[in-house]
Amino acid sequence: MEVVLGGIGRVSLNALYASLRVCVLMVDTVTWMLVAPLRGKGLRLRTTVEQFVEFGVHSLPIVALICFLIGAITAMQASYQLARYGATIFIANLVGVGAMRELAPLMTAILITGRSGSAIAAEIGTMKVAEEIDALEVMGLNPTKFLVVPKFLAMLLAVPCVTILAIFIMIFGGFFLSTVVLRLDPMLYIEQTAGALVMKDLVTGLVKSVFFAITICWVGVYRGFQVEGGAEGVGKQTTSSVVTSIFMIIIVDLVFTVFFYFA
Amino acid sequence: MPESDGPIIEVRDLVAKYGERTVLDNLSFAVKRGETFVILGGSGCGKSTLLRNLVGLMRPFSGTIAINGEDFTAMSDEERIDIRRRMGMCFQGSALFNSMSVGDNVALPLREHTKLEESTIEIMTKIKLELVGLGGFEDFMPAELSGGMKKRAGLARAMAMDPEIIFYDEPSAGLDPIVAAGLDALIRKMQSTFNLTSVVVTHEMASVNLIADTVCMLHQGRIVAMGAPKELANIAHPFVRQFFERRPEEEGGTDPEAYLRSLTGSG
Repeated sequence: MEVVLGGIGRVSLNALYASLRVCVLMVDTVTWMLVAPLRGKGLRLRTTVEQFVEFGVHSLPIVALICFLIGAITAMQASYQLARYGATIFIANLVGVGAMRELAPLMTAILITGRSGSAIAAEIGTMKVAEEIDALEVMGLNPTKFLVVPKFLAMLLAVPCVTILAIFIMIFGGFFLSTVVLRLDPMLYIEQTAGALVMKDLVTGLVKSVFFAITICWVGVYRGFQVEGGAEGVGKQTTSSVVTSIFMIIIVDLVFTVFFYFA
Repeated sequence: MPESDGPIIEVRDLVAKYGERTVLDNLSFAVKRGETFVILGGSGCGKSTLLRNLVGLMRPFSGTIAINGEDFTAMSDEERIDIRRRMGMCFQGSALFNSMSVGDNVALPLREHTKLEESTIEIMTKIKLELVGLGGFEDFMPAELSGGMKKRAGLARAMAMDPEIIFYDEPSAGLDPIVAAGLDALIRKMQSTFNLTSVVVTHEMASVNLIADTVCMLHQGRIVAMGAPKELANIAHPFVRQFFERRPEEEGGTDPEAYLRSLTGSG
């Protein structure tokens, strides 16, 4: 009994401590991002652009490929049910709305977590192990300003941008399969898709993707700063950053799906 | 900045703890302007913790550290930045930023803290690298340098802002005697050329006689001896003697029964 209660207590305390640390990190990042430029301490724009290219542009090929395939798969699966009712043209609605509201933002976020969330954790973790973080502090350079803010800004721009492209590619994947394999009329499919989508769907997808970006970045940074004790620690926290990040992304997804369902 | 004749670093009643464990127990000492102050001690005696406190990477549990007469421990992070620009630190593993070239590493403090022209920064970077014997290595990446060269590059970066105090963490750790001696000579040269105050943490007896003006010897978080290297050789404290004569720790507990009990965990 004691062991169980003790365990529960420890786990909750750890969780509380972790959320407290993340809050401190959030406040710190936002302060350096919004307040510091007003006081004449500029943002590191060059690094931000470099990171944007790394997080966004370099992830495009894999995101495009995966989203194209998911779009095609969704169309095929939808046809399996809809064909029974002779309603295969509604594949367009399902793929269009599904991609925009849910699948494209989610797949993009998960792929960028795997590519860049882990890279953020590994980079910061390695810098911590090699005393590079200490070196920054001793030089009077704030690690949050120097390392976190550029990554945060880059991520905040990259994820929504990639998501928009992913949406179109995923819809194209569905279009390609429906017209080539299922022999639907291309013009009709396009009209049907355009008719199904409303502005709110795009807003839903993009709002989600912004919060996914925040999640990916902060989980990566937090795990990176948690690294203790050498290469093993870096590996452990990097793995853990991906798992935590995907879990958090699903939670955020759930919250916003519920919110936009009623909103 | 007020140029006073008082000590450049003054530590009073410094206590540092990791959780419940006291690592530094009531240390008080002063470092004079322009001297090379060596903190000597065995592994785990708290010398790295002391250094982390001195540069402000750790806040002490109690006690004060004054730099140029200003209490460093009570300052906000903003105020610390000003003091930090007047300090440089050489890390044990050099802590060069691996993603940047050696030149960019040295130029970084200048780019971030000053509004100098890029061409001026480039010239200053070259000068600093020449100073540590790494002229022409600007475009190398840290991974392409040997251990000794990395430490030299780390020193060039620490010197970038023309600091008044330089802290060295185990400068000769992991280097062969020749390279280590070269680094000792460099520390000496910096100190005499620029009238720098150097604080060196080491366990290397060979370096002490070469570079130290004052030695402060730590053992189990306390100062056991302090003075010029020559004076230290005459101190009778058992730990000091043991350290100087390089004798191993006495192997305690040869009692076979006690050993057996400790193994089986009974009694």
